[in-house]
Amino acid sequence: MQSNPSLALSASQKVTGWRLFLKTIVARAYPRVIGQQREKSWIFFDIFLPMLGVAAYVYVYRAIGAPEEYVGFVVMGGAMTSFWMNVLWSMSSQLYWEKEQGNLALYIIAPNSMMAILLGMAVGGLFATALRATVIIVVGSLMFNVTYSVASFTQLLLVFFLAMTALYGMGMMSASLFLLLSREAWHISNLAQEPIYLVSGFYFPIKSLNFWVAAAASIIPLTLGLDAMRQLIFPSGALLGFLSVEVEIAVLVGLCVLFLTAAKFLLDYMEKLAIREGRLTESRR
Amino acid sequence: MTHFAIETKDLGRIYKIRGNKKEKQIRKELVALENVNLTVERGELFGLLGPNGAGKTTLIKILTTLLAPTSGWARVAGYDVIQHPNLVRPRINMVSGGESSGYGLLTVRENLWMFSQFYGMPSKEANQRIVELLKMVGLEDRIHTKSSDLSTGLRQKMNIVRGFLTDPEVLFLDEPTLGLDVGAARDVRKLIRSWLEASQGEGRRTLLLTTHYMVEAEELCDRVAIINKGRVLACDTPANLKRNLQRDAIFEIETSPLNGLTSQILQEQPEVKKAALTDIEGGARLELILKEESALASVINILTQKDVKVRRLTKREPTLEDVFMDLVGQKMEDVEKEEAPHAV
Repeated sequence: MQSNPSLALSASQKVTGWRLFLKTIVARAYPRVIGQQREKSWIFFDIFLPMLGVAAYVYVYRAIGAPEEYVGFVVMGGAMTSFWMNVLWSMSSQLYWEKEQGNLALYIIAPNSMMAILLGMAVGGLFATALRATVIIVVGSLMFNVTYSVASFTQLLLVFFLAMTALYGMGMMSASLFLLLSREAWHISNLAQEPIYLVSGFYFPIKSLNFWVAAAASIIPLTLGLDAMRQLIFPSGALLGFLSVEVEIAVLVGLCVLFLTAAKFLLDYMEKLAIREGRLTESRR
Repeated sequence: MTHFAIETKDLGRIYKIRGNKKEKQIRKELVALENVNLTVERGELFGLLGPNGAGKTTLIKILTTLLAPTSGWARVAGYDVIQHPNLVRPRINMVSGGESSGYGLLTVRENLWMFSQFYGMPSKEANQRIVELLKMVGLEDRIHTKSSDLSTGLRQKMNIVRGFLTDPEVLFLDEPTLGLDVGAARDVRKLIRSWLEASQGEGRRTLLLTTHYMVEAEELCDRVAIINKGRVLACDTPANLKRNLQRDAIFEIETSPLNGLTSQILQEQPEVKKAALTDIEGGARLELILKEESALASVINILTQKDVKVRRLTKREPTLEDVFMDLVGQKMEDVEKEEAPHAV
């Protein structure tokens, strides 16, 4: 075979620094966004099944004569569970699956930052899940005749943005922790799923819980995010809110900083530890 | 710039293995690599030849910054893999045989494009190269096929293209033709040669290949290191490795069933250096390395005494398989049957 000069690539043709960081985010987000279009099973598993849970709570609340806002609370909670599921199954335990698949080693030997890989997963996951959550809200609102009265669009968008940043930051942090786990990753995700539904108040106002339980549950960013959004969307939301919206926004800002910083440090630490112990590409030794 | 693409000094790796539930406190140690000293020059196609579990993959993992050595050091493209992994990584890439990397929902092109972005390649450039490289391995008609719909062989071709796509200074191929049919393996070998030829001159590319296919190592590699149980036993050009055996006489004999004859009995003969027996249909194949050709007579004598009939006898030139047998005392496939890394 004749030599083929086009096989050689000049190093200067490759970008580095923040441009590489952005390229990596876009590239890693791509499979999540495109995957949603090609694999339609999510319509059943991520919309139809959660809607059944939402419907059950709606009928219970109506049967006991609870305030009509509770129906809206449940629809919103049902939509937000999508984000929790996404963080739990597609962020936290994702590096474990990537390791099993052989992708993790390729991510690590590439010159990109692992933070960019995690951010790409987060952005892709957030984009795909936002679509699912929107469908649940629209369908749920139409089915159960939910009406909204937004007090402040700016605050609502800010709360959503902060809650998602902190939530996916937490996912990135736990992905680093899960890097050292094997099959336990799956068990831990399973273990975390249902209790969080309860303590984060997905289907009822968090204020109904004991103050300290609600405060402890606030470490999960969706708890305060959901509570603040309910306060901003429903007329009687403020009465049923756990803390004031302003305080919840401040706590969410703190959680964003905490989780993103922790994710960065933990990722670096866990990567070094995994390289030392030989756990990046091996099954548990 | 150092003229070595890869350097290792007293490189070692010991794995600590936890005991089972009853023996939680007991930790076994597995020596995967021991005192490995290697230098690979820029532009070289260097082969690591050894049975499964010999330590080849462990060595590649260390060189690609995925695993820390427990002793010694290693440099790739002039940089220490532990001190400066961020300087090593932009300069390397790796493909493993039988890997299932990428995402099944993405097409071949999309998977390759995604990995190219992790190296900072401009999309347009990446897509052009993807098409060129897929043509070279005969996969251009599958460019829009989802990778989950590819056969194992075609998927491996896609993985190989991923390795070449970023045009690394040092490319690590770990058993790249594992599981490929003859034609596909030939395409891959062609691509390897073309890539090295295309990068002559200042920025010469280096390729480290691990394989347990002797023919592949012999056909492709400038130099070969033979590795077993974590130790490098010999390192030279295939021709030089074989030259040491050229004074010996190498015979291959096909016989009737062996009637209890073992390689041990044959090796007890003073002029027999190494003997390996393999069962074949209706009999056995005997491979012999003899110090003197005349020693064949005593071997035939033993066969006759055991009532073993000689069906075919061939004298042949030494191969790397013979070199391995000479160094290790067993054929590679026999070593592979035994437990790979040795406990201490």
